Amino acid sequence: MKKSQRRNTPNLSRRRFIVGSTAAGGGLALGLGIPFGIGSAAAQAADPELGAWVVVKPDDTVVIRIARAEMGQGTHTGLAQLVAEELECDWNKVTIQPITPGQNLARKRVWRNMSTGGSRGIRESQQYVRQGGAAARLMLTQAAAKEWGVPASELAVANGVITHAASGRSTTYGKVAAAASKLPVPEFKGIKLKDPKSWKIAGKPMKRLDTAPKVNGSHPFSIDLRLPGMLHAAVKACPVFGGKLVSFDESAIKSRRGVRGAVRVDDATVAVVADNWWRAKSALDALPIVWDEGPGANQSSATIMEQLKEGLTSTENVFADTNDGDALAAISSAAKKVEATYFTPFVSHACMEPMNCTVKISNDRAEVWMPSQNAEASLAALSAVSGLPLAQCEAYNHGLGGGFGRRGGTQDFVRQAGAIAKQFPGIPVKMLWSREEDQAHDFFRPIGLCRLTAGLDQSGNLTGLHVRLAGQSINAYLAPHNIKDGKDRRQLQGLWKTLNGDAQIGYTVPNMRIEYAMRNTHVPVGPWRGVNTNQNGIYLECFIDEVARAAGKDPLQFRRALMQKHPKHLGVLNAAAEKAGWGKPLPAGIHRGIAQFMGYGSYTAAVAEVSVSKKGEVKVHRMVLATDCGHFVNSATVAAQVEGSVAYGFDSLQSQITIEKGRVAELNFNTYPIARLAQLPKVETVIAPTYDFWGGVGEPTICVTAPAVLNAIYAATGKPVRTLPLKNHGLTLV
Amino acid sequence: MQINVNGKSHEIDVEPEMPLLWAIRDVIGLTGTKYGCGIAQCGSCTVHLDGEPVRSCSIPVSAAAGKRVVTIEGLSANSSHPVQKAWVELDVPQCGYCQSGQLMAAAALLRKNPKPTDKDIDEAMTNICRCGTYQRIRAAIHLAARTGKGIGSIIHVVDASGNEASQA
Repeated sequence: MKKSQRRNTPNLSRRRFIVGSTAAGGGLALGLGIPFGIGSAAAQAADPELGAWVVVKPDDTVVIRIARAEMGQGTHTGLAQLVAEELECDWNKVTIQPITPGQNLARKRVWRNMSTGGSRGIRESQQYVRQGGAAARLMLTQAAAKEWGVPASELAVANGVITHAASGRSTTYGKVAAAASKLPVPEFKGIKLKDPKSWKIAGKPMKRLDTAPKVNGSHPFSIDLRLPGMLHAAVKACPVFGGKLVSFDESAIKSRRGVRGAVRVDDATVAVVADNWWRAKSALDALPIVWDEGPGANQSSATIMEQLKEGLTSTENVFADTNDGDALAAISSAAKKVEATYFTPFVSHACMEPMNCTVKISNDRAEVWMPSQNAEASLAALSAVSGLPLAQCEAYNHGLGGGFGRRGGTQDFVRQAGAIAKQFPGIPVKMLWSREEDQAHDFFRPIGLCRLTAGLDQSGNLTGLHVRLAGQSINAYLAPHNIKDGKDRRQLQGLWKTLNGDAQIGYTVPNMRIEYAMRNTHVPVGPWRGVNTNQNGIYLECFIDEVARAAGKDPLQFRRALMQKHPKHLGVLNAAAEKAGWGKPLPAGIHRGIAQFMGYGSYTAAVAEVSVSKKGEVKVHRMVLATDCGHFVNSATVAAQVEGSVAYGFDSLQSQITIEKGRVAELNFNTYPIARLAQLPKVETVIAPTYDFWGGVGEPTICVTAPAVLNAIYAATGKPVRTLPLKNHGLTLV
Repeated sequence: MQINVNGKSHEIDVEPEMPLLWAIRDVIGLTGTKYGCGIAQCGSCTVHLDGEPVRSCSIPVSAAAGKRVVTIEGLSANSSHPVQKAWVELDVPQCGYCQSGQLMAAAALLRKNPKPTDKDIDEAMTNICRCGTYQRIRAAIHLAARTGKGIGSIIHVVDASGNEASQA
């Protein structure tokens, strides 16, 4: 049964976001770029707060506080659904109100973690936000019980209305909120949460709360902020990673219209500041700059490849994360041996809203308006760059124009803008990167080369598997403290044998050795939506297809035999295969590919239907993606993430960052392809929940997209695609 | 120079070579039109110039003199254009950053071609959406055009036996 979505339709004209004034909310005067934030202190006092998560106004409007960032993934709506479910309020009266990190700090982090990455937004906060909603409900019912002089246990609540059946009395949340706000907040520990089976708001495909301002241009992105007297900055860092800024000749541009000056940002970066961004950027382009490019300038994609190749066979700086039985012996004595080496390049995040933020620093106060996946990290970066204590800093987060891991831990944009703003005290400075700067100075998805070897017995059973990954480490670049004893397990995400790593390998092989040889380059790397499941999913799942073929077995049947001890992995694989009609006839020229993997606590699988023309045009006609994320909060939002993950996963097929003379060669979308509408297949989402855990949604389905397509190409052409992008093989996604 | 945006005339004192995008955003102060690439690749900056969809990052403001510029803010009053209503109906936006450009491109397509086919949509809708809202964009254009073809999201919620559950 197909189900096109007709969902609970809210009042479209209503603005569902509260945009409050802040101490520095000068944007209000212009009616533009109003920073998200909590209302003024006076407004807060007027609106009864029922614990930290809920405010109920006298008109029954329910304000739900949100700590996590919204970058399109629908977390704000999902979190509001969870709070509203336990609150038993009227969903049509719900608005949401993001909190700021300064407020969180001032209240001893009552809203807990604000970081939004690793598909953690819902799964990591679901329990305490539900408890927050339930606590508010208990306070409201207690207030009504007190007023009526009856036991709270005799009251019923639904849709924000409290009733006492015995006396026929009823009241609304809005009417008792003021009294309720004076009651103590119940301890979360003792609160019993509803059985998800009885959910009425959570678990339902509610419409997103943030759509209306996104169809008329009024949604306030950070890039849109306008403050009185604001200046604009364009920046350029040494194009070669690790290079330094030697000097620049400000006199060459100082007299240009609107230009206020050129300033050193850090030891590698220069900025031009002007009265609008185009003037700043044009002057920057004309600014004579001397760089010390450093040793990185000798590096290229070719030298990096040599480094990776060395890692495939080296015994230096390599460790085995899994070493079951004796894989090398099992393979060498096997009836049949299969070996393949796969390559995945650097790719960039390419958030549509380039890196930017606005910073204002005066003697005793620093403020930043930014798009951040981690507003608390932004606040910390601002404090560090301004030299002011956290209590004198504040950060106003905005809905992000894409995040995908780029705007989380690094906060390079806040440090840069802060360093510029410090040189213009008291004046807000909006720093915006050009697309070229954004491509040149990303934290790229790590490059990797992976050799896989398998041994099959006479009956085609997999008896030994040896995986040797040689590639760059995110932790080594961004979080070396996470590397224990020189062993960086993170790069093997999805190949872990243990479940507590949230990304477990779904196959049982008697002899299995999985190794990582860390080979770092001078290129910055970081988490890229789906992170290392992307590369590891391609390596393992494409190779398993090669092994299945060598064993003379159907790729689905071959996988099933290896997955008997992993029922959740297997359940999702079966769900995808069933809905895709695996094994059923297809039109001439169309071939199927299948893949499964695990990441972020969720189990995923995909089937792709693909044709390949004689000219090498690859057309993906249909994809079916299945996920078991345990519980789910909004099937329509899950589907949106699945649909989006196909487009993002297409990067793995057609995009690559190459390095020439130490710098990025692909600086804009004319050379760095991004999936376009015409290339996208029809996507079907299969949610196969087992309702016994909370898994992630934003990332897990990306890593099965590319291998399913690659396996379908293999089925179509008989030739495995082992190195990406596709153009290396004369293939183009159309 | 004088420039007419959304039916209102603005006197602006800028260099004639300033891209129309930056005149709209930084000088006139209408920020719904977005910067994405600066080289007419991504379409985030799409506006209508005398009714034609153009990528305002790559057109000098001087080229707009004497012409009518319409931005997302001027597409309709109260988000009432059929594409805006369809976008809301299908919850098309994710992050939303590219959607002004997508909507302006879609509105221009429907004015020329009130009943577009999938192929027409493929050819007209070349703007980049990094969140990958393309399936819903296609469905929303069909919905706005009342072609009867849009399918939107296809969602199966299945139980352990693979049967469709009722909860979706």
